[in-house]
Amino acid sequence: MAQEQMRPNNQGEIRYLTPLSVDTRKKKYCRFKRSGIKYIDYKDPEFLKKFLNEQGKILPRRITGTSLKFQRRVAKAVKRARHLALLPYVTDLMK
Amino acid sequence: MNKYETVFILTPVLSDDQMKETVEKFKSVLTDNGCTIENEENWGLRKLAYPIENKNTGFYTLIEFEGEPTIVNKLETAYRRDEKVIRFLTFHLDKYAAEYAVKRRAVRKAKQEAAAQEAAAQQEAAPVVVEEAPKAEEAPAAEA
Repeated sequence: MAQEQMRPNNQGEIRYLTPLSVDTRKKKYCRFKRSGIKYIDYKDPEFLKKFLNEQGKILPRRITGTSLKFQRRVAKAVKRARHLALLPYVTDLMK
Repeated sequence: MNKYETVFILTPVLSDDQMKETVEKFKSVLTDNGCTIENEENWGLRKLAYPIENKNTGFYTLIEFEGEPTIVNKLETAYRRDEKVIRFLTFHLDKYAAEYAVKRRAVRKAKQEAAAQEAAAQQEAAPVVVEEAPKAEEAPAAEA
């Protein structure tokens, strides 16, 4: 009953004790552009694993932040590594 | 003349001598056709990420060479004719890839020397923590 009496004053408004943190997400960036990497090696599976998910699928650009140019090259390198059995085509719990 | 690198996987059923013989055979295919071999790496017996021809391991070999584009076809025919080869990949090195390959070679060489030195030091002194030095060097190699 007490709560219902309070309502007219607050009109269902939500109040937070601390200001909400909106727009504090870090800006994504292309690590190849930033660190000046020009060539992506297919012989280095440990490095390529940064661009794969648990099942060994290539992560999309919207998650890794890689630029289109380098995403294409990452994909090529991953596929070459898979052909040479340095990386699996399908797996579970890779990391 | 172009720069190429080729990686191939040999079946694990071979003995060490047979393996070396096979590697020599492919090297001679290259040299007989007027190529210069710039670098050769033996990665040893590695675990495959997935089974190929019911095998879970394989001998990896990397050869970097310089030659005419026609050599690639000849080399790959040789690979296909040989039953001991279970996978191969030949790759044309462009400007940046060649740069990277040179750097990679230097890093590997340094690492091997460091490992050799450490092994020597280990023999002399009492066993200490060994793992740290090579790991620190691995990071720049991955970034390059």
